[in-house]
Amino acid sequence: MTMPFDLPEAHSVHAPQHPPAAVDDAELTEKTVFGFWLYLMSDVVLFAALFAVYAVVGRSYAGGPTGRELFDLWFVLAETAVLLLSSVAFGFVTIAAHEDRRQATLRWLGATFALGALFIAMEAYEFHHLVAEGAGPSRSAFLSSYFALVGTHGLHVLTGLVWMAVTAFHLARDGLTATVHRRLGLLGLFWHFLDVIWIVVFTHVYLTGVL
Amino acid sequence: MSVIESLRRARSLLTRVGSASMVLCLALLAAGCRFPVLDPSGPVAAREKQLILISTALMLLVVVPVIVMALLFAYLYRASNKHPRSMPNWAHSNAIEAVVWIVPLLIVIALGSLAWTSTHALDPYRALEHDGETLEVDVVALDWKWLFIYPKQNIASVNEVVFPVDTPVHFNITSDTVMNSFFIPGLAGQIYAMAGMRTELSLIASKPGTFGGMSANYSGAGFSGMRFKAVATSPDEFEAWTREVASSGRPLDAAAFDKLADEKANAPVIHYAPGNPNLLQSLIDKYRHTPPPKETGPAEH
Amino acid sequence: MNPIFGKLTLEDIPYDQIVTMGAVGVALLGALGVAAAITYYGRWRWLWSEYLTSVDHKKIGIMYIVLGLVMLLRGFADAAMMRLQQSMSLAPNPGYLPPHHYDQIFSAHGVIMIFFATMPLVVGLMNIVVPLQIGARDVAFPFLNSLSFWLTFSGAMLVNASLVFGEFAKTGWAAYPPLSELAFSPDVGVDYYIWSLQIAGVGTLLTGVNFLTTILRMRAPGMKMMRMPIFTWTTFCTNVLIVAAFPILTATLALLGLDRYVGTHFFTNDGGGEQMMYVNLFWAWGHPEVYILVLPAFGVFSEVVATFSGKPLFGYKSLVWATIAITFFSFVVWLHHFFTMGAGASVNAFFGIATMIIAVPTGVKMFNWLFTMLGGRVRFSVPMLWTIGFLVTFTIGGMTGVLLAMPGADFVLHNSLFLVAHFHNTIIGGVVFGMFAGLNYWFPKAMGFRLSEPLGKASFWCWLIGFYIAFMPLYVLGFMGMTRRLNSYDNPDWQPWLVLAAFGAAIIAVGIACSILQIVYSFWKRDELRDLTGDPWDGRTLEWATSSPPPVYNFAETPRVTEIDAWASMKAEGGGMFVRSTPYYDIHMPRNTAAGFLIGIFSIGLGFGLVWYIWWMVAVSAVAMLAALLYRLFQEDIAYVIPAAEVKDIEMRRLEESGQS
Repeated sequence: MTMPFDLPEAHSVHAPQHPPAAVDDAELTEKTVFGFWLYLMSDVVLFAALFAVYAVVGRSYAGGPTGRELFDLWFVLAETAVLLLSSVAFGFVTIAAHEDRRQATLRWLGATFALGALFIAMEAYEFHHLVAEGAGPSRSAFLSSYFALVGTHGLHVLTGLVWMAVTAFHLARDGLTATVHRRLGLLGLFWHFLDVIWIVVFTHVYLTGVL
Repeated sequence: MSVIESLRRARSLLTRVGSASMVLCLALLAAGCRFPVLDPSGPVAAREKQLILISTALMLLVVVPVIVMALLFAYLYRASNKHPRSMPNWAHSNAIEAVVWIVPLLIVIALGSLAWTSTHALDPYRALEHDGETLEVDVVALDWKWLFIYPKQNIASVNEVVFPVDTPVHFNITSDTVMNSFFIPGLAGQIYAMAGMRTELSLIASKPGTFGGMSANYSGAGFSGMRFKAVATSPDEFEAWTREVASSGRPLDAAAFDKLADEKANAPVIHYAPGNPNLLQSLIDKYRHTPPPKETGPAEH
Repeated sequence: MNPIFGKLTLEDIPYDQIVTMGAVGVALLGALGVAAAITYYGRWRWLWSEYLTSVDHKKIGIMYIVLGLVMLLRGFADAAMMRLQQSMSLAPNPGYLPPHHYDQIFSAHGVIMIFFATMPLVVGLMNIVVPLQIGARDVAFPFLNSLSFWLTFSGAMLVNASLVFGEFAKTGWAAYPPLSELAFSPDVGVDYYIWSLQIAGVGTLLTGVNFLTTILRMRAPGMKMMRMPIFTWTTFCTNVLIVAAFPILTATLALLGLDRYVGTHFFTNDGGGEQMMYVNLFWAWGHPEVYILVLPAFGVFSEVVATFSGKPLFGYKSLVWATIAITFFSFVVWLHHFFTMGAGASVNAFFGIATMIIAVPTGVKMFNWLFTMLGGRVRFSVPMLWTIGFLVTFTIGGMTGVLLAMPGADFVLHNSLFLVAHFHNTIIGGVVFGMFAGLNYWFPKAMGFRLSEPLGKASFWCWLIGFYIAFMPLYVLGFMGMTRRLNSYDNPDWQPWLVLAAFGAAIIAVGIACSILQIVYSFWKRDELRDLTGDPWDGRTLEWATSSPPPVYNFAETPRVTEIDAWASMKAEGGGMFVRSTPYYDIHMPRNTAAGFLIGIFSIGLGFGLVWYIWWMVAVSAVAMLAALLYRLFQEDIAYVIPAAEVKDIEMRRLEESGQS
């Protein structure tokens, strides 16, 4: 991404010197991607706040179970693999879309969706399991912050899935229009971003919690 | 050059106005005996007052010129002025830029070094330099009253704290409810009272008297009435007071404490004896029933 | 719990409270009056198509300002009630407001003034001015802009709903736990607080993203960063702060909400919760928020002082770097809001000194504005009066702020009326004065006619004098040991000062009345006050290069920028940017949409349902919001073209009216 100060001058949106129609989509995409990056930065701050909270109270067990007692590292590793694979699958979505292959794009989108949904199902199972063991979010500050952090990531993935379904419908209906291209691009950014967050969750919460 | 000229003219005016207004401000601030913050009765509060006056004086070095210049420049360069020394494109001067960055910077450096030394000197956790033996008092904030426990004397008191003059008093403070702030304006600064945590405050009263104490942090419906009396007396009178409290025959047992804590209201002065010297620690432990492996939270020392 | 009404029962409506019902009555009468007037003049369709569904930044800006002014009235009514209460509540007189009511009033006053009065005014001015100043057609994401406004609107409406249904928070505006936890505040007040701020906060965050993209990506050719007008610069820094700070508030309030709704232990006394974590997080957002509000005000003063001195701003680069420095430092000073929590001396000293360092760039700005006047020809129009009032008043507020940054001094002044006086000194003397300056300055640009000068001056003098009479006594009371948020007191020495402060508030009330009168009178006399030139003040920046009000596309031809004061240099070169022979082109503009309005209105239902545990309402509102969003996402026809011929007609008519043809 270009830093603001490197920009010698910005471009006018609808510079009348160009034929408007050709400019619009490219410029809109560029602006939208830029704005979406800014939104992702704000999301980084949101997660940073939650990580900070976890860092402060992540060992306040209040007599309850610790991470070492609760976390099944192999299960979480499998979860991680599923999410990373879904990101790889999205990579193929991007390639297929780039090559204007509508069916392939849809197929890979389906694969990404399935893996994402599997991740959510595994996380739901994990949460359910913890609550059933009496290690729900109201047990201790540690568990509160654990559920808040992992749950917020999960909510993001869920939102991504809804968005993916909507975009798939859009794609199936309209084909690879400029709008669909643009939204796929943003969704890709979002999806890979969630991977990065998850990697930090995995090391910060699970690995250090167990080791 | 007209800028320099007008600056020079402004400067002589500034000097006069500046010194006059500083004298006026200080006189105003120091006036009267109804200003507990500015009429300290102990060395801690006295230092805090001194700090306020020095910092204010330092800042007036910039503040007064700014205010005077704002009015003066606007007046001198008013559009209706018949002889305007107009410089319609003048927008830069390295000399002025240097001055306006460096002068505030110097003042902030002065204030900053003052801040560093005074903050360490006035750290409420710091033991006060004094020969006398320190009196220990535990303080518990409740809804909406203050409970004072004298562990050594084995007495306790609600909304009244008594201590001898010229003796360092060390308070250990916690809360069995929401956050409050323990504050006796005439004697020392304030410190938060928080559940599950212990904060500390030290003070010395250098003259006898009755001082108003309060919660300075809003804590709910009864907050306004959460006031107490802090009484500095002679050592003999203090002894007499402890004996009086000790004879009250009302023990501060679990039942008495629960009744006091659960009744969400302001309270009159109540005396207890014996006074439950372990109450403060047990209240902290109640909220920290399993001590975390490593102590967290900035307020725990 | 009732499945239909949740926790809400008839007993939650305070029929018996005369003061509350009176306020509700006045508000309802006002709303009915407005509705009746719109119906009488047959303006509903116009209102819907020109404003409610508009994605035009100028219209959205106007709506923000209307919202801000209305909420300013509500916040001021709260302030007046507090002043009246404290002026009479010397023991044994309990005053006329019991704690239950009084505690809601000071909490609502703070929340409303910060989030729903000054924020909308700041964002409103940003909306009206920034795209014009950088020579753009609109903001980067016009639909998101509309959505931002309606979410802010919903947050404000939710706060107002608490007047009729249930109650507002009784926790102070910062809602410190554990007081704001369910154990100590079982009523719905804190839930109103959480959800109104969450909904409005999403809107503000979107504004941040939107304006950063706009400023970084849509400037006119030739407008380098170091040629941007200062108001655009300060807006830019404010939006950096919004994007970096608001997510912290969102996270913090979400965690407080989890504590209250799910029973987690983030900030509770027990279960390992850390109440001071909330306080740290709150102020990690809260201190930048102070600069989110005041930086745009600094921008306004920069524009006004240059224009009304008839000179370029003194030390442009210096001002820009000072603004950037303030932006950075605002993130490393949050702990000065709670020196008294018992952190170590070195920690306190560090944050104290960091706070003092902010005084340096702020002082530099002061001097830059002063030296802008030097050698100029200063016209004392209303915006300039507010600016001079600011220069004097804010300096005092800055001084008391540095004093509070001295930890040793803060130990005796914290939570006292001295603190209250200090932050009103900076927020009124800085932000409110700035907004009034900006309002008077840009009103002709937005509405096409100027505001009456005599009434504006009357308003200014009432505000200025009223401010000093209302708040200087509070400094004195702070030294007398009076803490904030007291409902009653037993120290007779305090009362005369509190009566004086109440008197000051009354003078401010007259100032507010003058402002309202000023707007009404100017609307009535709008033909006499009409601005046909587009440049009523001999301005220096691009917004004055187009007509007042500007056409929907702002500029027929994108201006080319070669200097800092682009419009002043065009005028100096002769004529301005309009060349009669300019060829005109088709212009693409975004089409209005009801989606933002609908999502915003449904979010009121979402918030209300969450406050009262009315789960069906939550579900229905969420589905409706999603449906409105999908409707928008699948809308194909989101732009339209203004043909070159029409552009030419509009521009020619303008030239004719302004007498340039």
